[in-house]
Amino acid sequence: MNPEITRVPSRFRHSIGKYKVLRGPQCQNCATCVVSCPEGVHFKAGARVAAPKDYLCLGPDVCKGKSTFCVDRCPHHALTVAVNPMIKALGDYRWTADLLMSTWYQAETGELPDVGMEYTVGDSGGGFDKLRFRFPEKPPVELSDDEIDTSIELNKRDPQAHRITIPIPFYQGGMSFGSVSNNTMMSRATAAARWRTFSCTGEGGYPDFLHPFDHHMITQVATGLFGVKEETIQRVRIIEFKYAQGAKPGLGGHLLGAKVTEAVAKMREAVQGSALFSPFPFHSVYSVEDHKKHVDWIKAMNPKALVSVKVSTPADVDMVAVGSYYAGAHIVHLDGSYGGTGAAPDIAKKNIAMPIEYAISKVHRFLEAEGVRDQVTLIVSGGIRTAHDIVKAIALGADGIVEGTAGLVALECTRCSSCESGRGCPRGIATTDPELAKLIQVEWGAQRIVNLYASWRKQIVAILKRFGMRGIREMVGRTDCLRHLDYE
Amino acid sequence: MPKRYHITAKPAAPRFIPVGRSGIIDFEEDCLKCTTCVKKRCLYDVYKNRSYDARTMADSIDYQCKNCFSCIQNCPRGVLSKTINPEYLKLGDAYWKPEIISINWFQAETGRIPVSGAGYRGPFSGPGFDSMWTDMSEIVRPTRDGIHGREYISTAIDLGRKKSRLEFDAAGNPVLEVPPLVEVPLPILFNLLPFGNLSRNVRLAMAEAARQIDAMMYLAEQDDEPALEAYKAHLIPVVAANGMDPSAAIFQGVKMVELIYSDQAWHGALKLKAKYPGLVVSIRVPMDAEAKAVTLKLAAAGAEVIHLVADFQGNEFVADRPRFVKDVLRDIHGSLVTASIRDEVTLVVSGGIALPEHLPKALICGADCAAIDLPLLIGLECRVCKRCTHGKSCPVEIDQVEVSHGSQRIVNLMCSWWSQLIEVMGAMGIRDVRRVRGEAGRAMFFEDLERETFGAMFGTRK
Repeated sequence: MNPEITRVPSRFRHSIGKYKVLRGPQCQNCATCVVSCPEGVHFKAGARVAAPKDYLCLGPDVCKGKSTFCVDRCPHHALTVAVNPMIKALGDYRWTADLLMSTWYQAETGELPDVGMEYTVGDSGGGFDKLRFRFPEKPPVELSDDEIDTSIELNKRDPQAHRITIPIPFYQGGMSFGSVSNNTMMSRATAAARWRTFSCTGEGGYPDFLHPFDHHMITQVATGLFGVKEETIQRVRIIEFKYAQGAKPGLGGHLLGAKVTEAVAKMREAVQGSALFSPFPFHSVYSVEDHKKHVDWIKAMNPKALVSVKVSTPADVDMVAVGSYYAGAHIVHLDGSYGGTGAAPDIAKKNIAMPIEYAISKVHRFLEAEGVRDQVTLIVSGGIRTAHDIVKAIALGADGIVEGTAGLVALECTRCSSCESGRGCPRGIATTDPELAKLIQVEWGAQRIVNLYASWRKQIVAILKRFGMRGIREMVGRTDCLRHLDYE
Repeated sequence: MPKRYHITAKPAAPRFIPVGRSGIIDFEEDCLKCTTCVKKRCLYDVYKNRSYDARTMADSIDYQCKNCFSCIQNCPRGVLSKTINPEYLKLGDAYWKPEIISINWFQAETGRIPVSGAGYRGPFSGPGFDSMWTDMSEIVRPTRDGIHGREYISTAIDLGRKKSRLEFDAAGNPVLEVPPLVEVPLPILFNLLPFGNLSRNVRLAMAEAARQIDAMMYLAEQDDEPALEAYKAHLIPVVAANGMDPSAAIFQGVKMVELIYSDQAWHGALKLKAKYPGLVVSIRVPMDAEAKAVTLKLAAAGAEVIHLVADFQGNEFVADRPRFVKDVLRDIHGSLVTASIRDEVTLVVSGGIALPEHLPKALICGADCAAIDLPLLIGLECRVCKRCTHGKSCPVEIDQVEVSHGSQRIVNLMCSWWSQLIEVMGAMGIRDVRRVRGEAGRAMFFEDLERETFGAMFGTRK
């Protein structure tokens, strides 16, 4: 059973919407607009008409000429509606204002926004943003929604290990204890558990409050080996080796001394107040054989665990993937250069390693040529923002994807990117400041992420339906379902 | 182990308030003066840190706002709004974009590597240097400090002619005369500036910065003056080859000289070398239609250093569809490799080097070293408005910059660029910058990736 969707409004007094509805002093509180608007933009608070929820407004283009149009209906000419000029200051090439606002909307309602927003692609001018589906005129077979399967299998090679099927083709990327607030971690883990998919601890250790979610957690073994214990390895069903991450490929991490609080120090088995380096690379791994030693070590401690290997996207990413497979990995996780949630040098995010769109296809074809593609679960991440991105990534050759930033946007991240400045995230997401962390309540956050996933799943089903496919697994590598706007 | 190179940054605040990207606008009529935004909500104290009286709540465009929207979403009356600062959008030009200018300002102020969270925010790819990515290695990385018992990364290069082999006489004795080399600890030279309100203070700030970080700075012949005497070891005088007098004072005490290319340039170089055998002579070649032929000819004749100069936006000096500096470089580097003389000559490139990543990318495309110009001026708060080119006043009074303040900002900028060069090299697993040169196999080019990926699926690119 899929989890329940309930409506979870913004925690801020004013949501940012595509349209701005202004109510002038002419308003007589007659409530004509409250009656006429079916979207709930106008509502009463006591005897007065309250400030409009303009983020629900469909805009004048949709409403003009209809009996629902508040501006025309208002007997006192007190209302004006226009495109919100503020959205120019919101968003960027990859996450446009429309993508941010439509993700917020999906997190609030579990439904697609019907307010004329571009919710499928961003404006980066390449990759996913230039790919479109090549839908047939009508589906080759008519399917109903409940005939369509969005689940994927995470273990395709090893009968001795856990069989794990997740009902949606995505799980959550690692965010360390200390990099985001405990409530954020809890929100994400709760949402993952309700969807019976996975969340990931990141490399900052495995805090006790995540124990109830052990069945839906991935724990990470990264170069710093922070908080990695036999006991944490044995607690979970999937263990992820992080060789590199897309946002800072080939670079290590640096946790500032000020962020090594008592709790973080305890978790990481380090000294409070002293900076921690997560080096690059693993100092025990200089070959595929060394890597196999790592995998064997995990399998000795937890024989039924699945091993995921998270790597970045260098020029020889295909060789890296096949090496991971031969060392015994169940999941090969490619993390492309345009994603990432944590703080990383801008130069690395922009310039080092290739975008994920190229890497997926390169690895998929190489594994096919090697004859091992059907034994590898290929998971990709790094700049996947929407349900459409997910299906495109799968059509390029992935089995499933990992989401990170989108889940944070569901928690009302504006991608202001100042995760590290001052006391941390002004929205209470990526912060350890006790006061700021209170800005997010676990149930609120969990339900917002659950809702986003529900909306994504609906869109995935709708796409598969138009292709007449019974399952997302049929889409893997189907580049014939895609077209690229820059190609003839 | 030899002493390691280091650049020390110290915060150097701007003299003028930088032009910020966004700001907050308030609709004053409805403001309750409740100061929710001022007192309770702004995490960065943006409202408090500004010069106005917070109680009046007026005037709000500034560069401290971090665009988190919290004040806007929490304002009880919803009277706050945000906007992109129109002045910001007007900064620079089509090549020197506002983002390039503001990120260099940040680096000159702090000396730090720009860091941000929540993923990349820019376009998928773009023209020029934005159509290539550098490689990384999953399991190899030298470090900047040589910690953990591993090698540290060297960014030093030699400017000059390099012999490809030993030579012996009939008796078997080596007859090789080793040409002079100038070693610089980072592959950056300070170029002549294309424009700017270039006062004596600006030149002294640049020279002082060059001295502090052991770099070299080009100096136009007419700008030589006694105050620069103390910086001779860090100056590369740029002199016209025609009518050049080898005994001129400008050649005294310098390690390297650059002759502006003409038919007489090689002859002039020989004359200078005859008089000063220890001097490295570079030839400044404009990146025009003849550049490749001229470079091949000079390299074959024995030139020590060739400086290929594109225009300040990185385009070659060709009227019809000029190529970008990266593509010209790959072409010229490749032809020198084919002629088997690439290793003997040093190639310096300049024009359009605007961001730290352009440096390793230019090296990958075939340069040994890059010369930078406008970033130095931007380090001194230049807004690339080019008013000076029309004889108008400079909005940041660059000519008035104090030498110590200006030099510190340039040192900071170079510290940041140097750190980022090391990051890129570290990710590539290369520990010597001399090995980055021409390593096109450790880069990925947009057109190649597109052809291999989408070309294989969808055919021809429009």
